[in-house]
Amino acid sequence: MAKAKNNTLTLKFDTARVYAPAPESKSAAKILPQYDLFINGKFEKPISKKYFNTINPATEEKLSMVADANAADVNKAVKAARNAYDKTWKNMPGKERAKYIYRIARMIQERAREFAVIETLDGGKPIRESRDFDVPTAANHFFYYAGWADKLEYAFPNRTAQSLGVAAQIIPWNFPLLMAAWKIAPALATGNTVVLKPAETTPLTALKLAEIIQEADLPPGVVNIITGAGATGAAMVNHADINKIAFTGSTAVGKIIQKAIAGTGKRATLELGGKAANIIFDDAPLDQAVEGIVNGIFFNQGHVCCAGSRLYVQESVYKEVLRKLKDRLETLIVGDPLDKNTDIGAINSKEQLANIHKYIKIGVAEGAEMYQSNAAIPTKGFFCKPTLFTNVAQSNRIAQEEIFGPVLSIQTFRTDDEVIEKANNTPFGLSAGVWTDKGSKIFNLTTKLRAGVVWANTYNQFDPTSPFGGYKESGYGREGGLHGLYPYVEL
Amino acid sequence: MAEKKISIPSFSLPPRIDQVGVEERASRFTKRSIKKETKLNGLFLTLNMIDLTTLEGKDTVGKVRQLCYKAAHLHDTYPGLPHVAAVCVYPSMVATAKKAVEGTGIKIASVATAFPSGQSSRNVKIADTKFAVQQGADEIDMVISRGKFLEGEYNFVFDEIAAVKEVCGEARLKVILETGELVTYDKVRRASDIAMYAGADFIKTSTGKVTPAATMPVTLVMLEAIRDFYYKTGKMIGMKPAGGISKSKLALHYLVMLNETLGSDWMNNQWFRFGASSLANDVLMQLEKERTGVYQGKDYFSID
Repeated sequence: MAKAKNNTLTLKFDTARVYAPAPESKSAAKILPQYDLFINGKFEKPISKKYFNTINPATEEKLSMVADANAADVNKAVKAARNAYDKTWKNMPGKERAKYIYRIARMIQERAREFAVIETLDGGKPIRESRDFDVPTAANHFFYYAGWADKLEYAFPNRTAQSLGVAAQIIPWNFPLLMAAWKIAPALATGNTVVLKPAETTPLTALKLAEIIQEADLPPGVVNIITGAGATGAAMVNHADINKIAFTGSTAVGKIIQKAIAGTGKRATLELGGKAANIIFDDAPLDQAVEGIVNGIFFNQGHVCCAGSRLYVQESVYKEVLRKLKDRLETLIVGDPLDKNTDIGAINSKEQLANIHKYIKIGVAEGAEMYQSNAAIPTKGFFCKPTLFTNVAQSNRIAQEEIFGPVLSIQTFRTDDEVIEKANNTPFGLSAGVWTDKGSKIFNLTTKLRAGVVWANTYNQFDPTSPFGGYKESGYGREGGLHGLYPYVEL
Repeated sequence: MAEKKISIPSFSLPPRIDQVGVEERASRFTKRSIKKETKLNGLFLTLNMIDLTTLEGKDTVGKVRQLCYKAAHLHDTYPGLPHVAAVCVYPSMVATAKKAVEGTGIKIASVATAFPSGQSSRNVKIADTKFAVQQGADEIDMVISRGKFLEGEYNFVFDEIAAVKEVCGEARLKVILETGELVTYDKVRRASDIAMYAGADFIKTSTGKVTPAATMPVTLVMLEAIRDFYYKTGKMIGMKPAGGISKSKLALHYLVMLNETLGSDWMNNQWFRFGASSLANDVLMQLEKERTGVYQGKDYFSID
């Protein structure tokens, strides 16, 4: 009989976290000691003459050095994109464009293992996730949009779609390769050319993609990939000769971009932050709902804009859900991202870890009750245990502000109307989750939740055919599906 | 230790199990990478958890004796191997089997209650069970009345299990739900709850006579039922997936699932069994490969 003292029943999960090391081999990853800027089909030294390091957040070791593009480098890239647009890409038949996009998709597939390993080394996400989700989904985006390139006359009934010109694209560090795919694929399919900047902490898979693009013989200048930090991004946004901006990142920077382009005629899509409500009703399939909670907030260490970071549990099942959730937390393995058994990898950077710790302190100071699993975490590198906060109210800062880490705020609710109101009571509106066995309740909730993506009895499901984007301060514009073509065409 | 008073829930309330969610969670367990000492320990544990089974109309004294020898001597050229947990036979073969495993520590499990269909009278099922127990069975594997279950006669199913448990005496009772005939996960959950509240010591997936037999999602639903029951009553219940598990890799996935759902207290043959016949030889093949570095052909491992 497994009874602890004081007659409290517990299950023992300490051994469930201990598997013999099962590391993915690093040998698949060919990382050069230094990378230049990919402009006009070639790797060019930066005019700025500056480089910066990119490190492995799990070990703090340096992986490589990448160029720091200044305004002159940005100008060079935009010129190359404009030239390629005017001379080559604008007039190329959709069928031919499709072939290039398809080729890129195939090459990503062929080098899937290399991409997955580099993504894990550079960003800290578990190899299981980069292998099973990031890389295949990135390839799928190219496959999907390759299919649209020659069918644009059917996409917009009674309208002729025309490309815009040069798109400046700035992507975040949480899904580096996937975000590059989300941006580049629809832009190319609709006949635009691209200048793309990956995040400064995760440049490597975008540079690998540049190598593939070069090998795929894409006409020079159609896709340009330049590395740099905030200043480079600003130079891109402010460049006079771009027609469209696509940005995924924080709401704060989104607002800066919005202000900067006001009155310029530049088109924009912004995919910003979120604080999604994940709602568990008393008639939910509870064990599967708990799995959904875990996937919602601990997938990718919680570095997900659509993460289910606000949990709402109907009060009548609260104790049971909490008990199941705590048990499930005990089986999550935090560790070396390259180990195939790791569930929660490294936090992307020192800064982000500091930010998460700041919010954990705030939560404790606000009087919320913190719970963390007994998992051991590595002493080197940037790691955070999966964390729950109970005794949270709608007015707590940890229930309002985006933490972007493996930290879940848990509240209870009593009625359907109450939870709809509370779920919508936020400046954000990117995503939400609803867990119930009752079909009518699903329809009721999903029509009333003000979120761009609502999942029912599942969470964090993505597909190239399915449009993704937010309401309110989570941004505007959609990526994926037919809707993902709109931002890149003039109708 | 005061006995906790167990209140029996209403079995007419439909359980809520989401099929997509269950299947996703079950497939996640298969993503665990089991290597080196984890693999070795898992393989040894698997062997020790097997109920070596023969349930054929043509079983004879000779056949059962030879199976029992295999049960105690899986592969004598590999020193230090554990023996299987039990041998599972029809009631008429219990006495033979009991004598054949004397001194080995291997248990004798007998099927009973008009196995495999369960389509007979209460008296016949009780007599069947009593006979097996008198013959020396350490464990009884009974079948539930699936027909009555699908008719909605949950109290009937409950009473039947309780009555069989009563005549088991010292023998531990495994209740076979025959999940292949129940089909949906909701029904499997309901049947699991009925069996546990009625007195089962183990809940078991299948007779092995119907496809599909054990699957990982079905087993997961039953493990989660056991977990909820444990938290409500403090009582541990064992679990046995039977049929369709013939490869070591799959057995190891099951052990991962068990470890991450119920924890280390269940990771022994007191609380978990594999109902399998050809699994043992595949495990032996894997163990030899770990030891020598190469795979040997099937002919190097004796069948019973």
